[in-house]
Amino acid sequence: MLRLEARPTPSRAMSWLSPLLALAVTVVIGVVLFALLGKDPARGLAVFFVEPFRGAYALSELAVKATPLLLIGLGLALCYRANVWNIGAEGQFVLGAIAATWVALHAGPGTGRWIVVALLAAGAAGGMAWAALVALLRDRANANEILVSLMLVYVADQLLGYLVYGPWKDPAGYNFPQTITFLEATRIPRLFTGLRVNAGFVAALVAVGAFWLFLFRAFAGFQLQVGGLAPAAARYAGFSSRRALWTALLVSGGMAGLAGAFEVAGPLQQLTPYVPAGYGFAAIIVAFVGRLHPVGILFSSLLMSLFYIGGELAQSRLGLPKSLTGVFQGLLLFSLLACDTLIHYRVRWRPRHAAARGAA
Amino acid sequence: MDAYALLVAATLNAGTVLAIAGLGLLINERAGIVNLGAEGILLVAAIAGFACAVHTGSDWLGFGAGALAGAAMAGALGVLVIWFNTNQYATGLALSLFGSGFSAFVGIGYVQERLTARPHFAIPGLADLPFLGTALFRQHPLVYGAMALAAGLAWFLARTRAGRVLRAVGESPESAHALGYPVRRIRLAAVLAGGALCGVAGAYLSVVYTPLWVEGMVAGKGWIALALTTFATWRPGRVLLGAYLFGGVTMLQFHLQAEGVQVPSQWLTMLPYLSTIAVLALISRNPAWIRANMPASLGKPFFPGN
Repeated sequence: MLRLEARPTPSRAMSWLSPLLALAVTVVIGVVLFALLGKDPARGLAVFFVEPFRGAYALSELAVKATPLLLIGLGLALCYRANVWNIGAEGQFVLGAIAATWVALHAGPGTGRWIVVALLAAGAAGGMAWAALVALLRDRANANEILVSLMLVYVADQLLGYLVYGPWKDPAGYNFPQTITFLEATRIPRLFTGLRVNAGFVAALVAVGAFWLFLFRAFAGFQLQVGGLAPAAARYAGFSSRRALWTALLVSGGMAGLAGAFEVAGPLQQLTPYVPAGYGFAAIIVAFVGRLHPVGILFSSLLMSLFYIGGELAQSRLGLPKSLTGVFQGLLLFSLLACDTLIHYRVRWRPRHAAARGAA
Repeated sequence: MDAYALLVAATLNAGTVLAIAGLGLLINERAGIVNLGAEGILLVAAIAGFACAVHTGSDWLGFGAGALAGAAMAGALGVLVIWFNTNQYATGLALSLFGSGFSAFVGIGYVQERLTARPHFAIPGLADLPFLGTALFRQHPLVYGAMALAAGLAWFLARTRAGRVLRAVGESPESAHALGYPVRRIRLAAVLAGGALCGVAGAYLSVVYTPLWVEGMVAGKGWIALALTTFATWRPGRVLLGAYLFGGVTMLQFHLQAEGVQVPSQWLTMLPYLSTIAVLALISRNPAWIRANMPASLGKPFFPGN
């Protein structure tokens, strides 16, 4: 029978292979799903993995979806490396969008382009404030940050609902729950005419470099990681666990808020109840699949963006429900966790009776 | 007076979902496994139960389908966490994310469906008592089932050999293993039982509490149930009380709206989540107390060493 045998040292090769293996497993299950749903599996795979790369507009859409995933994922990776489990990035994203909207609603006809910087800063601040609540409760009351940050996601959703159904509702909007469309001055600058990809993508790429420098070249980043890997050693070395907690949560909250600001002032241009599109939760998967490494997260955010775009294309071309994307994302994380076992264990074939009896 | 009787009745009804799910999670956690996939399990069980009830017309088959779905999902987590030693928190999260996507996917065809008229229950004789009759004795059988479950679980954990073995596995799997108990199989059994109970809770939600299917209808009850086990310091009786407390907070929003309190509905909908945070903050203030009551091996992987 097959047995799992502990490896003497974790396998570096499997560390790289495991996400690819997980992707392969997800694709295989996807093919089975397509067949069960009565669709041609080859066509389904083409729609998911080939179509999203066809042409400049498609590539631009890929970047548009990847931007929030990349921004949030980088922040979460830092957080998880410090062993702080911020699961409420979705709520911090919403607060960032709300804060940015507040700034955008103050724009007038004569407002200059500087307001873009202001609303981005507000977005980051909004996300940070929401994450600070989690940090405060963990710091002062020892409350589990997983549950607190999650509960705050639901509170953030309700807050958003209150604002768009109430005080911020567009009076000329036929009673739809939405704010006014933001003025032109508040729009995040686009990179190419006719394509939706905007400066947010550039900011995200810069962030990849910045996070890499922080995690792997800065002493503060080192302290954070030691605190996560070996808390006792960190205490002995005098690294402040309180500082690590606050840094981790404020940075990840700020990144999520920034992503929210980019999203609401970029592709969306208004605040609606549909702003929380699940990016905060998808970014958790992005962070894990990217091995909590900035460069890995760059690739995994593009992969996750592929799932989103593929899901939308599957809906319009094949008539498959859009929620299929969620199924694939969950499956990917699940398979990744299973395949990760191979980093620490190898599979061995052990005959059940003979060898064991012989050895004893 | 009658309004308050109805409020009590509604609280019991609302608390039952949390109670059954919380008791299921309690079984898991007493064995040392934290199942963060509770939300996903509740969602999948809700659609499974609803779909089964729609097709078969039977509520009880719906509960059964929910239990099966819950056990299956929990089983997947159990195999990964117990035999592959994956991180319990990450695996549970993966299960929740998968569950929300999968339930939305499967539930598409059921959004417009409606169940047959819901039966009204009343205990003959007791149901006609002046205040208590409306408050306590006109409930669905599962409401009384949840109370019986809490009592039964308390007795099981404290007084039976099997319950004590379960607790031993949760406190020190190494010692239980040294004594010759099949630790991994006991943990799997706990995970399956817990998952089945969460499944029943999810089916109750979609078949009895609000008899319909909407994507994401569980709205965080799985997470609240998880907070509940910590809040109740892993004792069944306290899980039941805590569940009714949260059920009461949920019902409060409707009661306040009925009373004509002029607060936008979203602020009232926030109440259960804010109270969960408040309770968590209050309970966790003394880490020594939590540590004294928590199953010692909760969340930690177990390596049999052979």
